[in-house]
Amino acid sequence: MYKIVEKKVLNPTVIQLWIEAPLVANKAKPGQFIILRVDEDGERIPLTVAGVNKEKGTVKIIFQVVGGTTKKLSYKEAGEYIQDFVGPLGVATHLDGLRKVCIVGGGVGCAIAMPIAEALHAMGAHVTSIIGFRNKDLLILEDEFKACSDVLRVMTDDGSYGEHGNVTVPLKEMLEAGEKFDMIITIGPLIMMKFVVATAKPFGTPVTASMNPIMIDGTGMCGGCRLTLNVDGKKVTKFACVDGPDFNGYEIDFDEAMSRGRMYSDFERHAYENSCNLFKKEVQ
Amino acid sequence: MYGIPEFRLPKKIVAKEVDTLKKLGVKIETNVVIGKTLTIDELFEMGYEAVFIGSGAGLPNFMGIPGESLKGVYSANEFLTRSNLMKSYLQSPETPIMKGGKVAVVGGGNVAMDAARTALRLGAEKVYIVYRRSMEELPARREEVEHAEEEGIEFRLLCNPTEILGYNNPDDVRDPKNGFVTGMTCVRMELGEPDERGRRRPVVIPDSEFTIDVDTVIMSIGTSPNPLIKSTTEGLEVNRHGGIIVNEDGLTSRNAVYAGGDAVTGAATVISAMGAGKTAAKAIDEALSK
Ligand SMILES: Cc1cc2nc3c(=O)[nH]c(=O)nc-3n(C[C@H](O)[C@H](O)[C@H](O)COP(=O)(O)OP(=O)(O)OC[C@H]3O[C@@H](n4cnc5c(N)ncnc54)[C@H](O)[C@@H]3O)c2cc1C
Ligand SMILES: Cc1cc2nc3c(=O)[nH]c(=O)nc-3n(C[C@H](O)[C@H](O)[C@H](O)COP(=O)(O)OP(=O)(O)OC[C@H]3O[C@@H](n4cnc5c(N)ncnc54)[C@H](O)[C@@H]3O)c2cc1C
Ligand code: FES
Repeated sequence: MYKIVEKKVLNPTVIQLWIEAPLVANKAKPGQFIILRVDEDGERIPLTVAGVNKEKGTVKIIFQVVGGTTKKLSYKEAGEYIQDFVGPLGVATHLDGLRKVCIVGGGVGCAIAMPIAEALHAMGAHVTSIIGFRNKDLLILEDEFKACSDVLRVMTDDGSYGEHGNVTVPLKEMLEAGEKFDMIITIGPLIMMKFVVATAKPFGTPVTASMNPIMIDGTGMCGGCRLTLNVDGKKVTKFACVDGPDFNGYEIDFDEAMSRGRMYSDFERHAYENSCNLFKKEVQ
Repeated sequence: MYGIPEFRLPKKIVAKEVDTLKKLGVKIETNVVIGKTLTIDELFEMGYEAVFIGSGAGLPNFMGIPGESLKGVYSANEFLTRSNLMKSYLQSPETPIMKGGKVAVVGGGNVAMDAARTALRLGAEKVYIVYRRSMEELPARREEVEHAEEEGIEFRLLCNPTEILGYNNPDDVRDPKNGFVTGMTCVRMELGEPDERGRRRPVVIPDSEFTIDVDTVIMSIGTSPNPLIKSTTEGLEVNRHGGIIVNEDGLTSRNAVYAGGDAVTGAATVISAMGAGKTAAKAIDEALSK
């Protein structure tokens, strides 16, 4: 069992937890993730390590309530325990040698991008962060990004905060103005990442995209997280949990990944409603 | 706990075995992935004097044919894990798995039989086993094949898939049915010359293509070892299939590191894995008592 030592609600649907897991805290690097189960009958879900405190042996996770399991996790309070917490899994983001980087995050993807921005900043790299949200209410981590970015652009789809428009607008502007990034690192909805790649392409800027497909074991055993890369005209199957989650944005077959991502949508709506009903009963 | 289906090896028996081990004083640390959470070398640093690796068979193989990434295509590992670990055989599963419809299982081993029979239990209306050789070469145990046949699983022998077909509505890219499996194209095979191991090699019969209607395809064509432990343990030698090389005591190329089971032999059996564990335990005991 793993103790929740601190809980913070970042916005109505995004929650931050610090969890006691010294072995994970000791090893985790930016870009890696953990898999947790809230209780014994629970589903295993992957969440990115959003930060660690080695002295205290704690690991930070930030998650958005999107379905049954994340909802259940959101009801847990500091002092309570979760069943399983395994990691760190996946390959850490390659940051060596990067001097000037643009981070493009969308929604809760910003939580995944946060530790990468922090690590780059600590390395002395020049960090430009473009973070986008649907509206003001969904904004998270603005102060944290401010602290580790040389340039920060906050975007909202509806213009209710920061600048109006999506993340590709300032990205295009900067690239057109002649900004030369060693790397663009993008994390967020697949459709957003697809357009970030399309925006960067004419300028030839390398793009790393962090892929979050449905995962089950997270250790390469099942193949459920597979995605297709186009490498030199050849289709290559990769497992996001062991080969990723980061991949060369130009090689990813985003359309297929989006299609696979919708595999269980009906079922999930059902599980989500069930868990809401359970909650309603508990409240009564 | 998560490969072999409930109807074959009840979880209760496994749980009882684990309990016995605990009573003997064995401490079980879950949620530790060796190579990630800790390495073999760190285990030694922590004071352990010998390590036994029993990490199992590893990553599922896919055929590399078009359509394998469509929705409704699983590796047997994923399918059985979803159904088992996540208890989709109970009433309140939180991890989804497809139910109903027609299912094709590709492969002819025991795992393929298990996947087919599990699919039937999850409510499939029709289950096919698609295997490229004939009944005689089918690697699954006779008994398993008989059970499968009795339960109404249809064997499509001397057939090899060439493509998995998916739904694609040309008028509506947002059609929720897009990208789901609708069928599988196969070719008929005949048996040709024996290969180096004496098994007759299947050869494609020209122009023999046909399509079967299915909604789910389960690939059960073997596994390759997970490279995680090997890649994080310096000096640990593996053979060309990725299996860990050991001597008759189960000792690997690394001092005080032993291994056994599927991680050494490739996918095999519970009995042989247990045997390997016992052999190594004895050797470790002797080595440490010196
Ligand atoms: C490597 C990785 C890192 C991630 N990091 C974060 C993070 O830091 N913060 C965060 O909020 N989310 C993160 N996610 C996504 C998170 O795992 C899903 O939101 C979560 O599994 C949803 O579970 P649920 O039961 O609440 O929702 P469900 O009702 O099961 O699903 C809702 C949505 O989540 C997607 N989803 C469902 N199960 C999974 C799964 N096992 N893996 C991936 N996506 C799934 C579905 O496609 C669906 O769109 C990450 C995913 C991966 C693969
Ligand atoms: C569907 C199916 C049906 C089968 N039916 C039968 C049958 O009827 N009869 C029979 O005799 N055999 C059967 N087998 C084969 C049998 O399950 C295996 O031969 C046997 O389990 C091998 O034992 P093992 O200890 O080598 O590995 P496993 O039982 O696979 O155990 C490996 C363990 O190591 C863990 N692990 C892996 N990597 C790491 C790591 N890096 N760090 C920490 N832990 C790790 C895994 O999570 C797992 O718990 C079947 C297999 C399958 C998949
Ligand atoms: S999650 Fe199972 S192989 Fe990646």
